[in-house]
Amino acid sequence: MDSRYLSKTPQKTLTSGARDMFSYHLKNVALVVLSATIAHAQAEQEVSYGIGRPVANSEIAAWDKDVRPDGRGLPAGSGTVAMGEQLYGEKCVACHGASGIGGPFDQLAGRIAEDAFPFATDPSSVKTIGNYWPYATTLFDYINRAMPYDAPGSLNTQQVYGLVAYLLHLNKIVPADATLSQDNLAKIIMPAQHRFVPDARRGGAEVR
Amino acid sequence: MSKKIALPKSSRRKFLAGLTATASLAGSIRSLAEAPAYPTRAPGKSPTELGGKSTHESLARIPAFNIVSLTPLEQLHGTITPSDLHFERHHGGIPNIDPASHELVIHGMVERPLKFNLAELKRLPSVTRTCFIECSGNLNTRAGEKSSPQMLCGLTSQSEWTGVALGTLLREVGVKPGASWFLAEGSDAPLMTRSIPLTKAWEDALIVYAQNGEAIRPEQGYPMRLLLPGWEGNTNIKWLRRLEISDAPFMTREETSKYTDPLKDDTARMFSVVMDARSIITSPTYPMTLEKGWHEIRGLAWSGRGKIKAVEVSSNGGRSWETANLQGPILPKAHTRFNLPWKWDGAAAELRSRAIDETGYVQPTSKQLVGARGTGNQLYHLNSIMSWIVQDNGEVIYKPEYLG
Repeated sequence: MDSRYLSKTPQKTLTSGARDMFSYHLKNVALVVLSATIAHAQAEQEVSYGIGRPVANSEIAAWDKDVRPDGRGLPAGSGTVAMGEQLYGEKCVACHGASGIGGPFDQLAGRIAEDAFPFATDPSSVKTIGNYWPYATTLFDYINRAMPYDAPGSLNTQQVYGLVAYLLHLNKIVPADATLSQDNLAKIIMPAQHRFVPDARRGGAEVR
Repeated sequence: MSKKIALPKSSRRKFLAGLTATASLAGSIRSLAEAPAYPTRAPGKSPTELGGKSTHESLARIPAFNIVSLTPLEQLHGTITPSDLHFERHHGGIPNIDPASHELVIHGMVERPLKFNLAELKRLPSVTRTCFIECSGNLNTRAGEKSSPQMLCGLTSQSEWTGVALGTLLREVGVKPGASWFLAEGSDAPLMTRSIPLTKAWEDALIVYAQNGEAIRPEQGYPMRLLLPGWEGNTNIKWLRRLEISDAPFMTREETSKYTDPLKDDTARMFSVVMDARSIITSPTYPMTLEKGWHEIRGLAWSGRGKIKAVEVSSNGGRSWETANLQGPILPKAHTRFNLPWKWDGAAAELRSRAIDETGYVQPTSKQLVGARGTGNQLYHLNSIMSWIVQDNGEVIYKPEYLG
């Protein structure tokens, strides 16, 4: 990962010590004192308002389903290419076509010879999982949260792993007998991963 | 005319091409009002609980392909988009959310994970600011010459937003050292997610609950949305339910396989979230027909990097430029109205506008933009100068330029 994506310090935050000092809650402070500090709080924002309620870990877990490129967030489970192929035929083929090609919505399968990346030069190039998606973990995250379009959130963990395995197999990234799980999905390096670069535009006269 | 090019099969392409087919929708709406011949000779209507538009007006968005609706830019004045005409883009429909059961959870690299409901957000110090939101895919590159600004680039709108500074909420939860990004998640069917650098959170990000003085419209994220002034529309997560503070981006689908920009050096730019400066003429444009004599060339200019410094207008296809008037107040990261009186002499003319922002960026020509980025599969951040031909019969048409 480019260092640009790591360890940026918030511009207007304070040192961690200072942050600890000002972020305590004022729950037990007399209201009259709080009123007196409102003007100061708005000007400096160095006072906690004590607004917001604690969240139980179980509440967080119910929503925190995101999966990151390093594999954090992948749930325990596994799925096979064969399982995914069957499910694809039931749930996905109407929108994405047989074998990930030819449907009314996004084409999912296809590699370009020598894994070229002609998307800014060849108008006929079509972005697919195999030639454009930089991370396999994104596939799990997206299917898990958003697919199928008419019934998002309806697939179980095993089914999502299976679909990811099948789609990666369609793109010649994993073999037909592959089983994907929380242990090996994040280790897959997608063909286009090295193509992705941070935004180099910085304002000013230059058109980039 | 737009060139005929063999295109890959893609829903996006079909959406862009199909806009032409829906072009006549707004124009076909007719006033249903029967106005009395002498409105001064009888009392008018009594007061009502909720006002409405004049029955003689027929403003409408153009919905297309179940994923967008476009703002009628050429029919609006000033800089505020009426809330019911704000453009829409959603990826799984508009959720119907009861604010009584909606909560915003902030967790991850924080000292105290907290949840906030709408009433609690409204107790916190409020911030109001006016800024644009523009979809980064806001150019119909397949449009023909009979295209209005609404059809070409109606995915930009401006509102006065009110809410809480995200920094205020982050101080409540206490961001841990080492945190640098956060994930924003919506409560819509696809649980829309984007990764945002924390620097933006501290700079000017808001969690907003009001739009133009009332609750946010459902299409715009009711009951609360993330507002990132100057950043591409998709990052302004609507129906916001969760913020997860982290030490790296999450690489969601919308920031990898979508909303990234292929470049000529065989790479793709990601997190290209700031909207470069752009201007559009809103009048005269298709489908207007001009009479000889004085008109006002009007339009909007904006930059995601700050204030508009100047807008220049050409009536001869870019051979010479005049500085337009800017209507104040000129706000940063906001639609700014420009105008320039213009006398049409009856000869064919080509109208253009170009914006210059306070960083010195000059809105590029399509040739410059293609030179910098290539063509091919470009969908996002196509902000080049647009041209309108005033034909010698007075009819105004769009001059399409192939961009990607």
